Amino acid sequence: MSKIVTLNGNMAIAEAIRQINPDVVAAYPITPSTSIVETVAQYVADGLIDSEFVCPESEHSAMSVCIGAAAAGGRVTTATASQGLALMWEMLYIAAGLRLPIVAAIVNRALSAPINIHGDHSDTMGARDSGWIQIYSENAQEAYDNFIQAFRIAEHPDVRTPVMVTFDGFIISHSLETMKIEDDEAVKKFVGEYSPVYPLLDTDNPITVGPIDFTDFYFEHKVNQLEGIENAPKVIEEVGKEFGKRFGREYGFFEEYRMDDAEVAILLMSSAAGTAKETVDELRAQGKKVGLIKLRVFRPFPARKLAETLSRLKAVAVLDRATSPGAEGAPLFVETRSALFDYPERPKIINYVYGLGGRDITPEHFHQVYRKLEKIASTGKVDQYYGYLNLRE
Amino acid sequence: MKKAKTLEELKNATWKELPIGTVNPDPANSLKNFTGTWRSGKKPIFKKDTCIHCLFCWVYCPDMAIIVKDGKVLGINYDYCKGCGICEVECPTKPKSIEMVKEEVTLS
Amino acid sequence: MVRLRELASMEDRLVSGHGLCLGCGIPVIMKVVLRATTDPIVIANATGCLEVCTSRFPWTSWRTTWMHSAFENAASTIAGVEAMYKALVRKGKIPKDKKIKFLAIGGDGGTYDIGFQALSGAAERGHDFVYICYDNNVYANTGGQRSAATPLGASATTSPAGSKIPGKMQKRKDLTQIMAAHGIPYVAQASPHRWMDLYNKAKKAFEVDGPAFLNVLTPCPLEWKYDESQGMRIANLAADTCVWPLYEVENGKYKINYFPKEKLPVIKWLEPQGRFRHLFKEENKWLIDEIQKSVDEDWERLQRLAKL
Ligand code: SF4
Ligand code: SF4
Repeated sequence: MSKIVTLNGNMAIAEAIRQINPDVVAAYPITPSTSIVETVAQYVADGLIDSEFVCPESEHSAMSVCIGAAAAGGRVTTATASQGLALMWEMLYIAAGLRLPIVAAIVNRALSAPINIHGDHSDTMGARDSGWIQIYSENAQEAYDNFIQAFRIAEHPDVRTPVMVTFDGFIISHSLETMKIEDDEAVKKFVGEYSPVYPLLDTDNPITVGPIDFTDFYFEHKVNQLEGIENAPKVIEEVGKEFGKRFGREYGFFEEYRMDDAEVAILLMSSAAGTAKETVDELRAQGKKVGLIKLRVFRPFPARKLAETLSRLKAVAVLDRATSPGAEGAPLFVETRSALFDYPERPKIINYVYGLGGRDITPEHFHQVYRKLEKIASTGKVDQYYGYLNLRE
Repeated sequence: MKKAKTLEELKNATWKELPIGTVNPDPANSLKNFTGTWRSGKKPIFKKDTCIHCLFCWVYCPDMAIIVKDGKVLGINYDYCKGCGICEVECPTKPKSIEMVKEEVTLS
Repeated sequence: MVRLRELASMEDRLVSGHGLCLGCGIPVIMKVVLRATTDPIVIANATGCLEVCTSRFPWTSWRTTWMHSAFENAASTIAGVEAMYKALVRKGKIPKDKKIKFLAIGGDGGTYDIGFQALSGAAERGHDFVYICYDNNVYANTGGQRSAATPLGASATTSPAGSKIPGKMQKRKDLTQIMAAHGIPYVAQASPHRWMDLYNKAKKAFEVDGPAFLNVLTPCPLEWKYDESQGMRIANLAADTCVWPLYEVENGKYKINYFPKEKLPVIKWLEPQGRFRHLFKEENKWLIDEIQKSVDEDWERLQRLAKL
């Protein structure tokens, strides 16, 4: 039976892990993802799940254990954040290169220096080219839903690519929320049985994995790897629809909020969408044609779909919770602007960086952005395409 | 898409035909890689008359190039022997039952 | 007592056609070790000579299941494989009676240095695996840089012998003792030239329940700079000079497995190797005395430990 409960993001992920009962969980504690690992450890200690729980001595080893375990031929998961993800960096590429369908919960947290434990997206943005699929969640409900879907996506025979499901540190990981937990059996059924591909433990069919390639094979192996993430959009869509059918909450690549006749819009990811929606409602009540797009899947980037939606607007503000030092704007902005390049009709587009190191973003900041967008829409002029929100300047 | 399985298929595989995840499904296929071509100038000659079949040459050969059957040395597998000379050094008989001799190198 | 005749009748799990140097000590070790169990073996191999020279796609020299993921994580990779095995046995997806051995292999760079943390962690967690370090005293795969296993006085490309500094000025790290200090069931030091000793140690390592560590001296003609036919002689000299004593630590109990009939001076071990050639210059000879002193002290300490 599904039930309405009050949980924070980390507890919601732990619940999903309990329901899925993966074969191996290997994770290292780091704020703010620690309570996921602790809760899973308790589940194992209490016999609620029979996963093999490994506590490696670092995140690098945690991902290495995940890689060994996934290659061995079973379902594997982990959780980390920030520096932990950064320490895994080398192994993220290897997990993707070996096409191992590991699912990781990443609690977004700023990267050092200076050290900071609060939420921003610099950790997962740093991993955006690691070959992993990246799904961002607005709240605990979405984190839970996305995490369950992630196994289906990662393990699909056409995909076989690791997935990270992310949500904002503290704002989501530690804030209680009323949400729905689905029935244990229904979740198990949705996720399904794991079917391994080239498992190491099938010792009757010995294989060599992770060879050295010279110039004659590396390129082919890399393109062979990319096929997985290129096949992912179809599967992400199917799984999101099926999830909707089973549990009533359907998912796509992004959520359009009051976009029908919108002339200007904000594009962003994760928890800030909640506050932004309130602002949209206020402005709509005043008769302003404003909307919001909340991107869910950053990798693979749904460039065409997103551009089609954006191209009919007059002005768009892309809000990034990370920087890309030295680039023409922050990551989501650069991707979005590039996606629009082929469209003859395209909106004016600006970029704001917000919320670094957990800095608040309030309705006032969204009002500020929409005012700016309206001005751009009416004048057709952009005086400054890049700026910061809620920064002492 | 049919995936490459054997060494020959793997050698010519396009990116689509390669097994996923860098897997090589054809174990021990380096047996078709004849490292004997590495020998430069010397090769071991086996002399069965003095051999006491202690198999020291077998255990110490880095290239698994000493042919042994039923506990007896039959000779050297020149397909793989790289010509290091360990077998000669480790052979305990006097005179040696393996002797390194000059080898004409023919460049092909 | 196992006989070579028996070993020779078994199938090679690492086969010919690999690209390791002529005279390399690594495949000799693998030949013996991989015969020390008849169970299937899953190997996690750290980046290094063995990995690079046996896995060049589309070739492979492995008949057994083999995996490489990175340089510093052979121990955590095999820990993951072992964890999955335990999970799948518990869940009934792998039959209980299907025995598999888990083996991690690394060189000294991948074990003493960059992979040490992962090894220490996996040992502490008690995974049921064997770790073999083929210790050739140097980063051979990248062209001969010093590692924590490079001995005092050796010339390596990042501790070169020069007119002011005569090679590496630090003693090697004693990894075997460090692993023994983890309190794991089995730790041993071995040499390919003593094949039966190596075989017995590998067999024990595979048989114990929990982590086992084998440190095996590995002659490297390229970086030690000796005639490639002399590898096993040199390995033997390491044992006879007590530069590389052969011993084991079984459940905390030390046992020396080989006492040289006559303990040779270290000079016998240094002389045939080009990496020590500079030590024989007049101005560097003091270092040979230092090396002798350090070897004598270590050997004394080991004998004391074995008497406890
Ligand atoms: S010369 Fe070396 S490679 Fe050739 S058989 Fe003798 S030991 Fe083996
Ligand atoms: S080492 Fe010499 S005596 Fe022993 S088996 Fe080989 S050839 Fe014969």
